[in-house]
Amino acid sequence: MCATCGCGDPDANLHSHAHDHHDHHDHADSRRVSIEQDILARNAEFAAENRQWFMDSGVLALNLLSSPGSGKTTLLTRTAQALRAEFPVAVISGDQQTARDAERIQAAGVPAVQINTGKGCHLDAHGVGHALEHLPLPEGGALLIENVGNLVCPADFDLGEAYKVVLLSVTEGEDKPLKYANMFAAAGLLVLNKIDLLPYVDFDVAQCLEYARQVNPDVQILQLSARTGVGLDAWLDWIRQGQRQALADQVRRLEAKLATVQARLTRSESVRHA
Amino acid sequence: MHEMALAESILRTVETVARRQGAVRVAEVRLEIGELANVEVAALEFALAAALRDSLADGAHIECLIVPGQGRCRTCGEIVPLAALYDPCPRCDGASVQPTGGQELRIKDILIKK
Repeated sequence: MCATCGCGDPDANLHSHAHDHHDHHDHADSRRVSIEQDILARNAEFAAENRQWFMDSGVLALNLLSSPGSGKTTLLTRTAQALRAEFPVAVISGDQQTARDAERIQAAGVPAVQINTGKGCHLDAHGVGHALEHLPLPEGGALLIENVGNLVCPADFDLGEAYKVVLLSVTEGEDKPLKYANMFAAAGLLVLNKIDLLPYVDFDVAQCLEYARQVNPDVQILQLSARTGVGLDAWLDWIRQGQRQALADQVRRLEAKLATVQARLTRSESVRHA
Repeated sequence: MHEMALAESILRTVETVARRQGAVRVAEVRLEIGELANVEVAALEFALAAALRDSLADGAHIECLIVPGQGRCRTCGEIVPLAALYDPCPRCDGASVQPTGGQELRIKDILIKK
């Protein structure tokens, strides 16, 4: 989808909205040039492109975030298995190295592609756009993007998703929402995972949820165990609802477009008869 | 390294603008960094020194202008200064202050030599 992105061409800054303005009080050989551009503007442009593509195809895109080992891949595998008979599901998996996650998800019977970020600590919108070239786009379904396990950097990089979903497991400590406030503030949904282990760990669920609401009063919260399946139905219903919403939005946009074209036709006919 | 990705993004924009202006060298890059932004200024400066090497902006002076944090308290409704995300309100001690400023990550301007 990134045929126009110009990657590989160091001079390409395709959609750059940077405007240069000169100050008048500089010396002849030196000049101050105003830029006034968001450092993440380039990522934001690619994210907007991805988002437009998802919207036009009725795809619910979710960006899954967590620290390493909180159960993202297990949750995705179970999710893909449960939903693939209902609508198309595809997965993009981000890790520094190896294709292990994508292979686990492919084994569950859904298309998956791995992005290896190498030295990178997060996925960006440009990389996701290119990953989409290697996946059948799940039209009318769900695209699940498993970000690099990291509670810091991925918070800042919009991928074009409808929601950020942050996963926290009960083996990690209930104060994570306060320690990594940027991440928990950016999330639309908090999934508390591994609740089957609660009897064996000192984890105060009520306190954790209070901390989460402190940094993000509007966050939705679900509790489950991806391993045992407890609480999984509510998560699957949350995705189903999002997927129906994506389709309903697509219908509304197409109807508006159709109405515009019909009005154009009516107008052109009335002009001819006048 | 999140700051490295930011530094590379800064380099791309700075070089594009500098070339368009016919610069032979960029002497200074001024950034506006919000106090609440998810970035460590020292790490960003370190990453920039590496990223700008062998570019038009090699050795450029990096100036980070810090924009103070502020937010609107959900309890008393006032705009208050905010030193860290989700600190309590300094006026009424309300638990939830919605950040309204100080999250900037912007390239302000560059000083070019012709």
